[in-house]
Amino acid sequence: MTHAELQALRLKSTSLRKALLGMIYRAKTGHTGGSLSSVDILTVLYYHVLRIDPKHPKDPNRDRFIMSKGHSVEALYVILADKGFFPLEELKTFSKFDSRLIGHPSVKVPGVELNTGALGHGLSCSVGMALAAQRDRSAVRVFCLMGDGEQAEGSVWEAAMAASNFKLDNLTAIIDRNRLQISGNTETVMKLDSLQEKWEAFGWDVHTVDGHDFSALTEAFGAPQVLGKPRMIIAETLKGKGVSYMQDNAKWHHGVPDDQQYHLALEELESYMQEVRGHE
Amino acid sequence: MSNTIPNRKAFTDTLVDLATKDPSIFVVTSDARGSVTLEKFADTLPGQFVEVGIAEQNEIGIAAGLASFGKRVFACAPACFLSTRSLEQVKVDVVYSQNPVRIIGISGGISYGALGYSHQSLHDFAVMRTFADLAVLCPADRFQTEAITRWLAEHDVAAYVRMGRGPVPDVYANVQESFTFGKANRLSEGSDATIIANGETVHHALEAAKILGTQGIGVRVLDMPTIKPIDRDAILSAAVETGLIITVEEHSIFGGMGSAVAEIVSQEHPVPIRIIGIPDEIPIGGSSAELFDHYGLTGDAIASEVMTLIKKFKR
Ligand SMILES: [Mg+2]
Repeated sequence: MTHAELQALRLKSTSLRKALLGMIYRAKTGHTGGSLSSVDILTVLYYHVLRIDPKHPKDPNRDRFIMSKGHSVEALYVILADKGFFPLEELKTFSKFDSRLIGHPSVKVPGVELNTGALGHGLSCSVGMALAAQRDRSAVRVFCLMGDGEQAEGSVWEAAMAASNFKLDNLTAIIDRNRLQISGNTETVMKLDSLQEKWEAFGWDVHTVDGHDFSALTEAFGAPQVLGKPRMIIAETLKGKGVSYMQDNAKWHHGVPDDQQYHLALEELESYMQEVRGHE
Repeated sequence: MSNTIPNRKAFTDTLVDLATKDPSIFVVTSDARGSVTLEKFADTLPGQFVEVGIAEQNEIGIAAGLASFGKRVFACAPACFLSTRSLEQVKVDVVYSQNPVRIIGISGGISYGALGYSHQSLHDFAVMRTFADLAVLCPADRFQTEAITRWLAEHDVAAYVRMGRGPVPDVYANVQESFTFGKANRLSEGSDATIIANGETVHHALEAAKILGTQGIGVRVLDMPTIKPIDRDAILSAAVETGLIITVEEHSIFGGMGSAVAEIVSQEHPVPIRIIGIPDEIPIGGSSAELFDHYGLTGDAIASEVMTLIKKFKR
């Protein structure tokens, strides 16, 4: 990955942050913190990793991305619109009456592969998809993003066991490890550490990386797949990343910025973009 | 009466036949290959067979993922687990995400009577029929089971099918006459009352009709294999033409086929209805046959209930 490519990803994810904050601000609802923590991961996936074509959203040979942490849907919608899966204009209808852009991913939206919202479902469905691809001897790859709080769901571990049992080396799961969930610190709500050891014990090839470092993320996604092993990328992130007053603060799990807060956030993101451009 | 083939066996025999010709047919199961009688499928079609271990939530999630790749998936396990443990996966991964999985709940109702309430499924029709666009079915005999299996293999619909454990007497003479999706079958004619049954209660309903016939009472018997979408026309004709309806099912008296019938009759052509099923209690232990007898689901008991109701409402 060249310096220019890295800069482009940084600028892209920052403009996506602005767009998703705008959606949440206008709709007066949304899951702000988790969308901001996962948007860098999604940026790398959608602008660097996934083999998808917005013109052919149902192409059977497309890679599949499953947003198991469905509440971070704003980050997904702004990307799908930006990629051209549906008109950018439509983002304004988010959470409005009869809009297809509801508060969790819906298959009515082009580019969305699975309805999520109930946690602990996405990985099982991803295992089914990866298994279908494996049995078909197809080159389709499956990617699934989970939250860290979601790791308390028992079904996650049923799926973890199955992926390893079926030797699904066409499957990559990612955990948005922001260490916060709606009630507070993940380790006080229900201790998760060590996720690295847990997933390794379940037979996965585990990479723990800085989830806001584009080189580290692209390296982890690009690492040669270990034959017969599903891959786990534990992306260490900050909830609310990019907006300093939201960062690492559980209250922004589904906090909605007021006028002043929104403009403050935009200013901060804009000045970050200037800074990135200054390094070009 | 000499039939020795349980419905679940008729299902798996049919499925092996179909899947041999159609490589898109997949079976997913959760350590239930013995209970479902899937040994032959697993042995002859390993590439179309998926064992997930004792993990029913994962079973339905995986089934949904496979279905999204165009596989015609039959997810098979005891009805008690699929309709309870996996319920959120049925709701979200199958129904909501529009992945047409055929959910096959075997040894349903009180088939596992002596194993206790954990192994019974007396709530499955009730919960499954509230999910939009999920078909709910319950075959009466081995021929109808085969017909339903063939229909499901040809139609990409999400469905829940409940079948029992032991063999049941043949109701039909062949596969062809036994099933039309969404339609009731009229098995006997009479104008004094209508008995609507499904699954293993159908042959008991026919027995009841025979007993009543000897006493000069003519009852219509409807087999209602499709609980959803239910045959509204057959129900309304029964209400209009016979004026009294008795439903019989191996299910809680709340929310099942009887409730579905009552929803239509009470709103469109009210006539007296009696819902026969398992009352609001934790069932006592015993074999399936003993429990049918205890809870009044057999021919004698149904006939005597019909007599009482005719005296009360029609004489
Ligand atoms: Mg979290």
